[in-house]
Amino acid sequence: MNRRTRLWLVAAGGGGLAVLLVAACLELPAFGGASHPYGDRAVRASLSRHTANTIASVNFDQRAYDTLGEMTILFAAVLGCVVLLRQTRDEHRARPEPEEVAPPVRRYALVVLPVALLTGLYVIAHGQLSPGGGFQGGVVAATALHLLYLGADYRALERIRPVGRYEVGDAVAASAYVITGLACLIGGTAFLANTVLPYGTFNTLSSGGTVPLLNAAIGMEVACAVVVLLARFLDQAVEIEEESGK
Amino acid sequence: MHVLPYLVAAWVFLAGCYGLATSRNLIHAVGCLSVCQSATYVLLLAVGYRDGGTAPVFSDLEPGSRPVVDPVVQALALTDVVVGATVTALLLALVVQISKRHRTVDPDELSELRG
Amino acid sequence: MADAVIVVALLLVAGSATAAVAVRDPVRQALVLAVLGVALAVLFTVLQAPDVALSQLAVGSVLTPLLLLLTVRKVKRRGQRKGREQ
Repeated sequence: MNRRTRLWLVAAGGGGLAVLLVAACLELPAFGGASHPYGDRAVRASLSRHTANTIASVNFDQRAYDTLGEMTILFAAVLGCVVLLRQTRDEHRARPEPEEVAPPVRRYALVVLPVALLTGLYVIAHGQLSPGGGFQGGVVAATALHLLYLGADYRALERIRPVGRYEVGDAVAASAYVITGLACLIGGTAFLANTVLPYGTFNTLSSGGTVPLLNAAIGMEVACAVVVLLARFLDQAVEIEEESGK
Repeated sequence: MHVLPYLVAAWVFLAGCYGLATSRNLIHAVGCLSVCQSATYVLLLAVGYRDGGTAPVFSDLEPGSRPVVDPVVQALALTDVVVGATVTALLLALVVQISKRHRTVDPDELSELRG
Repeated sequence: MADAVIVVALLLVAGSATAAVAVRDPVRQALVLAVLGVALAVLFTVLQAPDVALSQLAVGSVLTPLLLLLTVRKVKRRGQRKGREQ
């Protein structure tokens, strides 16, 4: 199929899809409407279980089983990347030469690194109280570590980032989520049902039953996953070279 | 104003699809796919918005004192943002493998290779 | 007032998404995608979704562009080596 026919096909399909989408948009309830039956019920359920951040309650309590699925996708995607980006037999590692970084950038990176890392950990820890949680905080903490690449160099980054341990950490966090779910099954009523732990005082760090535990497991999993992903991509982009003559 | 957010979501989705179909570089195609993905977040959050509502976080808000926006769609979008990024990484890893095996990242040249 | 801010944020998202598709060079596209990530984070904040805005800010403006740039570098480096050998 040449480019011209394909463009026509895309135009026809896209045009049809556009018409259908616009027709559907006109039929949707108006933007900003007052009727949100699911939202109202979720808020009530969250308050009854002493979780201040309703979104954390939806993710780690009311829809915890769904989050287990999401976590599995994340784990599988990371596993796939690790397998696809491993060093093959016809490749070798070349030590990257230290590159010049402008001193202001270097100083800025070293100052921001601890602040960003702490922010990430804070966001994970306060997931059930304020906006934030394992998913966001994990990404922030893991990307913050990589400021060291700017602030020092690649070797310093490699020293604080033994990838193998982060891979183990990823698997441990995923198992911790499942084990918490099983503990709910044995001690309480059903898999991942938030009935085992006391709900605690509203708006304190220990409130919400199993929500903080699952939140911490997700935080660790996401942080480890992002570190491993970036490490693999950095390896490929900076270090691994093909043998010449192949 | 009543349908503008939905139309923006549709526009972003269609723009991403167009880019995906006409892309000459697989890396660019993966970028277009993440544009398509962001359309779904816009649609979800637009559905959950409520006029005069505030964020459904009660650490500094008396429950029942103000209307809040729908937390369910936010939770859906939130998990997908992070999980979507790892899936993007998986696609990019596949692109790296394709460039290793076939020495090109142009989809047209790749289909020519198949004959 | 809130409506006006939402409209502006929506148009910003639509504009940067169009630009991200129209830019054909993957390196430039990664930068435009970072802008799109920030625009989306602003939109989510005005739609009262701080949680989603936070993750979009971390993922959309840092992680995805970084992964795209690293892939470009890997693919380009292979091209350069191939050129030198020929």
